[in-house]
Formats: sequence, C-alpha cells, structure tokens
Amino acid sequence: MSDRPDFEQMACPMPLLDHDTVQLAHGAGGRLSADLIDKLILPRFTSTELDRLEDQAVLDLPPGRVAFSTDTFVVSPVFFPGGDIGDLAVNGTVNDVAMSGAEPMALSVGFVLEEGLPLADFHRILCSMEAASRSAGVRVVTGDTKVVDRGSCDRIFINTSGVGVVPAGLDLGAARIAPGDAVVLSGTLADHGMAVMSVREGLSFQSSIASDTCALQGLVRAILDVCPQAKALRDPTRGGAATTLNEFAAAARVGIKIDEGALPVRDDVRGACEILGLDPLYVANEGKLVAVVPGAAADAVVTAMRQCPEGREAVVIGQVVADHPGCVTLRTGLGAERIVDMPVGEQLPRIC
Amino acid sequence: MKYVDEFRDPALARALLDRIAATVTRPWTVMEICGGQTHSIMRHGIDQLLPDELELVHGPGCPVCVTPLETIDRALAIAERPGVIMTSFGDMLRVPGSRDDLFRVKSRGGDVRMVDSPLKALEFARREPEHEVVFLAVGFETTAPGNAMALKQARAEGLTNFSEIVSHVLVPPAMEAILASPANRVQGFLAAGHVCTVMGWQEYEPLAEKYRVPIVPTGFEPVDILEGILKTVELLESGDPGVENRYLRAVKRQGNPAARAVVDEVYEVCDRKWRGIGTIPASGLGIRAEYADFDAEKKFAVADINTEEPAVCISGEILQGLKKPHECPAFGQECTPLNPLGATMVSSEGACAAYHKYARGNLL
Repeated sequence: MSDRPDFEQMACPMPLLDHDTVQLAHGAGGRLSADLIDKLILPRFTSTELDRLEDQAVLDLPPGRVAFSTDTFVVSPVFFPGGDIGDLAVNGTVNDVAMSGAEPMALSVGFVLEEGLPLADFHRILCSMEAASRSAGVRVVTGDTKVVDRGSCDRIFINTSGVGVVPAGLDLGAARIAPGDAVVLSGTLADHGMAVMSVREGLSFQSSIASDTCALQGLVRAILDVCPQAKALRDPTRGGAATTLNEFAAAARVGIKIDEGALPVRDDVRGACEILGLDPLYVANEGKLVAVVPGAAADAVVTAMRQCPEGREAVVIGQVVADHPGCVTLRTGLGAERIVDMPVGEQLPRIC
Repeated sequence: MKYVDEFRDPALARALLDRIAATVTRPWTVMEICGGQTHSIMRHGIDQLLPDELELVHGPGCPVCVTPLETIDRALAIAERPGVIMTSFGDMLRVPGSRDDLFRVKSRGGDVRMVDSPLKALEFARREPEHEVVFLAVGFETTAPGNAMALKQARAEGLTNFSEIVSHVLVPPAMEAILASPANRVQGFLAAGHVCTVMGWQEYEPLAEKYRVPIVPTGFEPVDILEGILKTVELLESGDPGVENRYLRAVKRQGNPAARAVVDEVYEVCDRKWRGIGTIPASGLGIRAEYADFDAEKKFAVADINTEEPAVCISGEILQGLKKPHECPAFGQECTPLNPLGATMVSSEGACAAYHKYARGNLL
C-alpha cells in the first residue's frame, strides 16, 4: 500500500479490516472513524461510562477531594524493551494521581495518530493499554481519536488524564518536608531511560535492559498504611531522581543529603550509563517513587515497600537537613561531598 | 560491577590518599590533561580529599571545549543546507557557535542527528543515498581512529555522499605550549589515559626530558586518578622526572599500532586553532589529499568565517592551568551551562561546567 492517503478509498470507505494503516478518514468522524472506535478501540476498554458513547463520562466518585492529573506521551520509539507508549501512558497518569495518595479510578485517553500508522501497531498499543489499566484497576471512561497528516506527528501521541479520590485526612505535599525526614527510593534508577536509549536510532546498543514502567498505586497504599504521616511522594520520571530531589529541596526550603553508596542501579544500566557518560540520577524512571517520610518511620516504610513487587529494592537514600536549603548534596563513595544540581537540559551522550 | 567497582573501592582510595599525604613534603601543582579526568575528580570529590600542598589544575583536554567557533559556525552553515544530514556526538550538538547551535538548526528544520559512532553516520549514508551525510569529527587522538576508519570505509564502499568536518587536536603540542609559556605553573601532568591507549607514551618522553616534568598516563576512575597523582608526586619529590605509566590495564608504550596506522593513512598533522587558546603549530589532524573528496569543508564551500569571543571570558587561562573557574567574575553569573560565554563552560566536561555542576560557590 502506498504511503499517501488513497482518496478514492476515503470517498468510499472500505470496511476497517481492508486497511492496514491509519487513514485520514479514520479521524474524520464518519464510517471509518466509527469502525476504528467500534472494532479496534472499544473492545479494549470496557466500562459502563465508555459504553454509553456519550460526549462525556459521568462519574460517581466517593466523597472527598479529587486528585486530577494529565500527561502527554510522545516517546520515540513507541515500542521499547519492557513496554510501549500504551502502558507508559496508562501507568504514567495512574502514578501521577497515586502520588497524592489517591486511588486512581478513571482515565481519559486521547490519541493523535499519524496517517500511515500500521493498524497492527495501534492494536498492539491498545492491547498493552488494556493490560496496564486492568492491572492498575483503573477504568478508561472517555476518549478521543484524531488523525493528522503524515509528518505532523511521530506515529502516535497519547494524552491521558486521570482522577482519584484522596482519602480523608491525607495531605501529601513537598512543602511539608522538614529536617529529620528520611528519603526513600522504591528501587533501581534509570531503567526506563536507558531501555529507550538502547533502541534509539544512532545510539542503539545491545542489552537486556527493560523499562520499569508499572503502576505504583499498590506501593503507595502500602506506604500510607504504615505511615499515614508521610510527607511527600513523587515519581522521578523526566530528569530522574536528581530533579525530584531538587524540586523537594526547593519547595520546602530544606537541604537534602543523599549517599552515593545507597543508590540502587542495575549493573547493566550502570554499564550503559558509564559507556555513554550519563548519570543514572538524571535518567528517567517510569515505575519508581521517591517517598519522604519522618525519620523515625523510615525502617517501617522500607519494610512495607519491600513486601510489594514494585518496591522490593526499596532503600533509604538520604536525609532531609536544615543545612544548605534548596540544595541537594551527595556523599561520594570516597567520602567527599558534592552538589547534585538540577539538570540543564537533556543529558547528552559524551564524545569520549 | 566488574572493572568499575574495584577502581572506586573506598578502602583502596583511602590507602592511596594516605600514601599521597605521606609523600608530599611541599606544594606542587599538577595538571590533569583530560576533561574526563576533571569530571571524575569533581564527581567523586577527589579534590576535597587531597593534602593542601597539592593543587590540581585542569587541562585543555576537553575536545568539545577547544573546538574553534569557526568550525562550529561552518558546521551550522552546512547543516542548514537542504539535503544534508549533519551528525555528531551528543555533546557537540549543544555547543553554541557565534549565534546558534545544531539543536536550533534542527528546530528550524535542519536534519541533525545524534550518533555515538561515526560508523552509525556511515550507516545513514548507505541507507539514504539521496542525502549528503556529514559527520562533525572532533576530538583528541582517542576518537581519531574511529573517525578515520569511517572515511576509509566510505572510500572502500564507494560512498560518495559521506564526508567529515575534521577538527581533531593533539595533546603533546598543547602540553608543550603550556610548558613553554613564561606564565606556566604546571609542574607535573596526569596524561590522558585514553589518548595514550591509542598513541602510547613514547611521544611524551622528549617533553618530560626537555622540561624536566613528570608525565604519568592515568585512567579515569578514582583509584586510577589517585595512583596517577601518587606516581606524579613521587616523581616530583624524587627530583627525577620522567614518563611512568599508571594506566596499566589499558596503555602500552607503543599504543595501538593498528589504530595509529588508520589515523596516519587518512589524516595528517596540521596547525590547528584551539578555542580559548589560539593557534598551536602542528597541533591538529586534517584530512589527507588522498581523501579530499570526503572533506566536507571542501565539498560545501563555506564563506570565511571570523568570530570573536566575549572579552570577559578567561577560558584560555583556565585551559592552560593559570586560573580556576571560580576566579572568573562571569562564572555562575552571566556565564552558565545554559548560557555559556566560553570554551570551558560549553561542554559537560569543561572545567567551568564541572565546577558549576558539582561545586558551585561555597555551599558546602
């Protein structure tokens, strides 16, 4: 089939299965749109709200404050070891909602599809979204699909928004962080970023590194069950753990001291970072969280996290201090101390 | 992790630090040549752990930093041309020329691609014969064999749509320029380990003899660096300087003859301008006449480019070990990694960028 839209077919739409790539007509609101939605999308996301096919979902939420978050996913390449843009889009927003302590309940999904995207690829992405939303226990309740001209986007972009209800009495936020608190990390750093880099054109390398993309609301529940007085939770995605820690230090006007020896990094990830000259502290994660909890509760929190599959390698990586407010420092393996700065931009592989 | 952890072992490092402290009897100024070593020293905080008598100054060995503005401007001009795919290592793409960087050219529609090897750029040339693929080949002796190999391979395959902008630089002439300067403070060198894996250390022997300085090929991990420093201090204290290799697992006296042969076949020694320092005779590599068809600067005639550096920038003095980054009035003020004014702030391995990242101000 040609890469160009077939205007004859657009004028007289064939049944969906006669196409193997996304056509502009799939986003035009007519028969082809309906086919795409009915045959490909809806079977993957059954929920009472979505099945009504109204212009909106009407949600019955339990009483309480609503956590609401949105994120847009443009990862390239769309398939990478350990996941794809689909499960990333579900888990990413589920995690952003969960970091408030809320149980994520409902998601919206907006697709921007590039004309010419193989429908088999779209189907594969939808299947991983279905699996991810099931496993996270969250319903897709409303959605939208647009098709843009070839070249106007990179295969597929996905926006997801999510809502959840924050349990009464819970008030997580970076501003509550205070000296004496402990900083807990849920597991190994940099898996996602290095997995994507391993398949990026021009930089690709062979490895067994897989993305850590997963939903973390179970882990959040485990933390809050043993430590309802937890101060702040955040998932260190773009910019890595260094960015999250700097955000915490700036928001609470406190210092944070971390210990290089405590930072968990898989050997193959470390090796790839060493070769490319990247610091795992600045590389993206998609299935990890940083929890700041009162120092006295740290051991109980770590023990509880390690009971969850997503937190098996949870560890205390540092402390909140009154010194150097707004600044994160790291005690090096040799016992020296240095700054962990906000990243300037994307980390770039070094020349040698 | 094997081959890393044993060279970051705190107990080994501590023992070496103790031996350095026990060996030093008076002040010494030692320069680490390579930006990778500067980065490692700052990242692991080695400078904080050395005895006060020992001062480390940072050398000119950051290839991204010393690439002249004119070369970058030329690369930008070529990258703007329709049909050109401009490729280079990641940290070259962010280096500002006079007005722009390659990322900005990309944002305006230029086809600029990051690669981790010139052989990947060659792959683009094979796959996209309708495009001209240009590789911005910068670096010291370390990256020269790979970049030379790409041209050799292109010629062997008859690829006519591949070329390089070559701005290679050589370490020994830069060391000699530093040593010959009346203002020189450097008394000993940690030679750049990876440069020596290619070139060996024979070429440092005349320098060590002429200027009576110790030159110690040194690796990049903390234990490597401390071993290099210890050997340099021992040579300084003994009053019997010379070349002593301390990057034993990677460097041989003759270097890597196969790699050197490829470099010799494709490139030849030429005068080269260094950003922040100026022109140093016989300090660079350029493309030999036999490979002129693969010289992007000949293929794409670019008008003469003249550039000026901001007057406030002291990167030239920093690259020669005469000053430290925080002695610059612009450091961390109008000059930051986001808005670099000069050579040593532009790359993550430049001394100013390393100070800004790991040890800004007096926070600690």
